[in-house]
Amino acid sequence: MSVLEVKNLEKHFDKTKVLNDISFTLEQGQALSIIGSSGSGKTTLLRCLNFLETPDGGSISVNGEVLFDAADPATRRDADVRRKRLHFGLVFQSFNLFPQYTALQNVTLAPELLAKEQPDYKSKKKEINAAIEAEGRELLAAMGLTDRALHYPHQLSGGQQQRVAIARALAMHPDILCFDEPTSALDPELTGEVLRVIRSLAEKHTTMIIVTHEMGFAHDVSDRVIFMDEGFIVEQGGPEVISDPKMERTQKFLSSYGK
Amino acid sequence: MSEFATVISALNEGFVETLKLFLVTLVGSIPLGLIICFGSMNRWAPLGAIGRRYIAYGQRITRALEAGETLNGLDGAVLTTDMALNKAKMYSFQGRLLLGFRPISLISRFIVWVIRGTPLMLQLLIVYYIPGFVLPTNPWSFPEGRFAASAVMFIINYACYFSEIYRGGIQGVPVGQQEAGQVLGMTKSQIFFKVTLLQMIKRIVPPMANEVITLVKDTSLARIISYQEVIWAGYAFLKGSHGYSGLLWPLFFTGVYYLVFNGVVSFLLGRLERKLEFFR
Repeated sequence: MSVLEVKNLEKHFDKTKVLNDISFTLEQGQALSIIGSSGSGKTTLLRCLNFLETPDGGSISVNGEVLFDAADPATRRDADVRRKRLHFGLVFQSFNLFPQYTALQNVTLAPELLAKEQPDYKSKKKEINAAIEAEGRELLAAMGLTDRALHYPHQLSGGQQQRVAIARALAMHPDILCFDEPTSALDPELTGEVLRVIRSLAEKHTTMIIVTHEMGFAHDVSDRVIFMDEGFIVEQGGPEVISDPKMERTQKFLSSYGK
Repeated sequence: MSEFATVISALNEGFVETLKLFLVTLVGSIPLGLIICFGSMNRWAPLGAIGRRYIAYGQRITRALEAGETLNGLDGAVLTTDMALNKAKMYSFQGRLLLGFRPISLISRFIVWVIRGTPLMLQLLIVYYIPGFVLPTNPWSFPEGRFAASAVMFIINYACYFSEIYRGGIQGVPVGQQEAGQVLGMTKSQIFFKVTLLQMIKRIVPPMANEVITLVKDTSLARIISYQEVIWAGYAFLKGSHGYSGLLWPLFFTGVYYLVFNGVVSFLLGRLERKLEFFR
């Protein structure tokens, strides 16, 4: 069974259709890259998956559970949206770290708040929070940020900030980790360190969706690739979508990247 | 007692009243301002569902027209293209109107408009004197009535100014911060208290410092309903009090009280501002 199944997803803003009949599936442990020019709907798609936007049509299922179905009003209730979001993690283009917290606090804040909902939280508060902090430090270490745990975001480089953001998303143990152009705000040198981290996640078979303009990187790490244009999926398949595109539109888009 | 000692002791008494009004106003208006701020930002639209349906009607008609279908009116007669277009426009206009009807926000913004749009001095007169005319007994006739009336009006007035500063502060926090909280599964209140609030406070400290300093001086307006604050005490020596009359200097000397106190206020707020410099 697929981890993620998206069927006929539609989204329009006023009269412009941003997403048209988007359908795809993603298997456990696979990395999916979504490529395409700006304004093709890639980011909107990720935002729909994370319930930051409400689709106007279609359905989203995770592990067989229908999280959203435009035809079924019961799945559109706001109350459940928080729980549904936890299936997904999202790493933003602009990092969006919380500036008033240290790197470590950024990673541990949400897990700590979530832990408060456990029935035995009061009696085990200390152990639970200690475990969360230990995991936070572990995640930062995995990002190569051991010595930056107590720094505030403004004291970190863009690449370091983005790696903290990745650790923060991983701390919630999402089924599917989404990246929205994670390196677009970074210079080439810093881009490298973030891509290395994502690559190592792919090697550990983290289920991921990556919206990116880094074609070489997308080709190397992805099990699946989707090319989008004007809100449609033009072509989808394995990494060969990048190395050997079938559709004319895809070829034209990729040729603009040169060799 | 010498003239100087008499005056100073009278002015001190007056300044205690000034401080009382200042502190009570601050304590009351800071939270009330947040409530008004949330009120004006409230997006509750009770007729929104109907509005959305109207907009959908309009879109359906437009789409049908684009597809070249013939449309029938309620009476079954075929509509001309113009008539159908007009219908579509009307539906989407009405829909938008219904969608935009946000009573809580409207009421809050109306209150802010009235309070900020009229002089505080007038508001003090109204709140102190009008109830006495309208009601059988004057509700402010107890010993601290003048203070209570002043405090009520000052709190409401300053809450309205604060609410607008808060609104700017909240809207100044990037949307990405809220979205980051949302995707991490935080609740709305967790996002506000754990993420937005401190960033908002950092943003509002400088404009709030301005308002607070203005408040220190504005307390003197309460003199209009004979609240015996420091300027009232100084003026008394001109009119005749404590066996002196025609004394001019006590009135001007009250300025020193304001100046010194505002120095202290500025210093404290400056420290708060520096305390919040640990993040950007």
